[in-house]
Amino acid sequence: MTAPPVLALRGIRKRFGSVQALRGADFTLAPRELHALLGENGAGKTTLMQVAYGLVRPESGEIAINGVVRTIASPRAARRLGVGMVHQHFTAVPALTVAENVALAAGWKVRQGLLRERVREFAEGAGLPLDPSARAGDLSVALLQRLEIVKALASDARILLLDEPTAVLAPGEAADLLRVVRGFTVRGGAAVLITHKLDEALAAADRVTVLRRGAVVFEGAVAGQSAKSLASAMIGDEEGGEARRPRTANRGRDGTVAEVELHDVAIRLEDLEVPRETGYGLAVRGASLSIRRGEIVGIAAVEGNGQRELLRAVAGRLQPLRGRREIAEPVAFVPEDRTTEGLIPGFTLTQNVVLGSRADDPWIRRGRIDWRLARSRTAILLEEYGVVAPGPDTFASALSGGNQQKVVLARELARRPRVVVAENPTRGLDIRAAEAVQARLRGAASDGAAVLIYSSDLDEVLALAHRVLVAARGKLLEVPADATRAQIGQLMVTGGR
Amino acid sequence: MAARTPLLAILLGLAVLAGGLQLAGYDAAAALTSLWRGAFGSWYAFSSATLVRAVPLIVVGLGIALAFRGGALNIGAEGQFYAGAIAATWVGLHVAGRPAVVAVTAVLVAALLAGAAWVLVPIWLKLRFGVLEVISTLLLNFVAESLVSLVVQGPLQEAQGIYPQSDPIAEVARLPLLPGTRLHAGLALALIGAAALWYVVARTLWGFRLSAVGAGPRAAEISGRIDARRVTAVALLGSGAVAGLAGGIEVSGVSYALFQNLSPGYGFTAIAVALLARLHPLGVVAAGMLFGALEAGAGAMQREAGVPAVTVYVVEAVVIMVVLLADTGARRAVGARVAA
Repeated sequence: MTAPPVLALRGIRKRFGSVQALRGADFTLAPRELHALLGENGAGKTTLMQVAYGLVRPESGEIAINGVVRTIASPRAARRLGVGMVHQHFTAVPALTVAENVALAAGWKVRQGLLRERVREFAEGAGLPLDPSARAGDLSVALLQRLEIVKALASDARILLLDEPTAVLAPGEAADLLRVVRGFTVRGGAAVLITHKLDEALAAADRVTVLRRGAVVFEGAVAGQSAKSLASAMIGDEEGGEARRPRTANRGRDGTVAEVELHDVAIRLEDLEVPRETGYGLAVRGASLSIRRGEIVGIAAVEGNGQRELLRAVAGRLQPLRGRREIAEPVAFVPEDRTTEGLIPGFTLTQNVVLGSRADDPWIRRGRIDWRLARSRTAILLEEYGVVAPGPDTFASALSGGNQQKVVLARELARRPRVVVAENPTRGLDIRAAEAVQARLRGAASDGAAVLIYSSDLDEVLALAHRVLVAARGKLLEVPADATRAQIGQLMVTGGR
Repeated sequence: MAARTPLLAILLGLAVLAGGLQLAGYDAAAALTSLWRGAFGSWYAFSSATLVRAVPLIVVGLGIALAFRGGALNIGAEGQFYAGAIAATWVGLHVAGRPAVVAVTAVLVAALLAGAAWVLVPIWLKLRFGVLEVISTLLLNFVAESLVSLVVQGPLQEAQGIYPQSDPIAEVARLPLLPGTRLHAGLALALIGAAALWYVVARTLWGFRLSAVGAGPRAAEISGRIDARRVTAVALLGSGAVAGLAGGIEVSGVSYALFQNLSPGYGFTAIAVALLARLHPLGVVAAGMLFGALEAGAGAMQREAGVPAVTVYVVEAVVIMVVLLADTGARRAVGARVAA
């Protein structure tokens, strides 16, 4: 009889609001295995592992550890069962030393001299040498990551869940990290590597599970798989080899350009370089792009490839370092996070509409606000955009996500913009709200705006855009007009290499 | 939060005070009666005790409301008040022989500028290094208090060099009094200031942007294209100027001289005033008068009923806690609706 799997998740379902994150996902981790968990953004990879770590309570499904069914109510319970997780965001306390951070996580006694020696030995034994007396806040990103893993190992983790551990690392550092994880499995542990990098999964893992839209679409040994086969599992190839366009008259291109009313260019970028929004380094490395009025350009990309900074530079919210940027005014911007960037939840809808004001708005007169006019204009906008709300004096926080997004769109599009920039415009919305939002974006384009959108949902990009570009490692890649969905997906994950 | 919450909070605060006094063996009814008499019992009590104490609370409270609305937590109004008082005293000692209008204006402008100057360092630290203004403004309170004790034993000490206080400022530098009372023209300034701040916040684009930065700094920057750092800095600067002005009004209208403990903690009580008013400028007037009445009545309570004056802080504390809890509760309720 073979040993039972160290971790088995069966039929896990989880819903967040209107989004079904996991729809009956199964996952099995064998002893001494390095198992890659692949999937697009939003496929449910992180959520599935958070279920195993007790951070997310599933609606249904079963978790078994070493063949015994368990209820994992909290990360503390998970750690007691030998499950450790290394998150995408670091959890070290910056003001404490490395040794103190490890002691904090593992529950070791803090006796300075002894502790430092113990942490030094432990870290070296795990192949992850660290200076125990360095302050966590002074460590580089790579060393912080190392500290996170040491913390998990010091808590006696036998099962290590790593959430995109290489996303923040340089290639050489990533290889080192994967070697350490391999060493951990050789010594009897088992590890899950959440990633969307195909080459990494192919090179490092024994087995691979691919998630798409909350369900497992592939599970098997890495041997015999190729980047191509895994990419088509991730992206899905239900449309097979057929060309993806045109599907509607509005979406013509090349031969059918005449169907889109093409006017002058409203967005022109040349060799644009934009710094990362947070931290150092470049997010956009020499992007050139021009978009005509009436045209919708969609960016397809895996999270963190510079698309966010590109859009914000176009919207005038980020200052580029180098390059030319010519953008027609006015610009409408629909930010990704409605409740912190798009709206002020504690303000009324009228106040939120006025938030986007410029000096030329009708309710602004020499620096004064005519609230009565602003309120009646807001009431008209709510009506026009079908916002379900008691009225313009309602607080934005009282609205559902879909209605909040409609308020943002109403405010931004009311000015008849010549440029519209939208980040993940339908994230978290139900189908009806999402369709209404997409219809508004199409309407803005047919009214003569140049529209630039990014969505982590490739289907949305394909449904909206006349022209698709892939952002990979800060560069923009052209997509052939007749490219299939699978080919675009391939380009997103491989970066054209 | 409904407007009746502050009212309920006051009643609850008085009830807690009465209960505590009764338990401690005092005659609670007599104590509350003399509290009332000290604050509202006569025209003189109301004008010369309640309103005179309310003026600095209102003026500083307006400054605090300005800062808090713009997302700057200015805890250093006490220090800015003293900076204003020092400058006002210095100018007030040097304007003898000038027309009263010029003298008073010079005194108040000096106080305003000194208060603004006192927050320049916190502003610079915040913009340059991200130092929290809560800490830097708070610490500068101690510096200002020490500075007062330094100057009243040094450059500004009275001519005989005996007492740690300044000479009285020139007659022309004093604010006019309402005949028969100790109430000075500072009340008019406080009311005009409240009306002006109300107009700015409620009617102007700049005031709206100020509130947007306080309520949602990210959204203000991304959707409102507002330079939130600059707005916060300007709010802090204005707040310091207003608190400094309050120090000048106190010297020019009440004390006529500088000495230690000129302020019985106006800079801190005003934070409570602003919070009780929920940062509404007109609410600050009402809350300032309430706290002025409490502190005026406390004196009478001590004299007549033998109850220590500091016990009114119980009322102030209860009021603030109830108002803050009600606000947090309201936010929770809103949050729950969003999550549902």
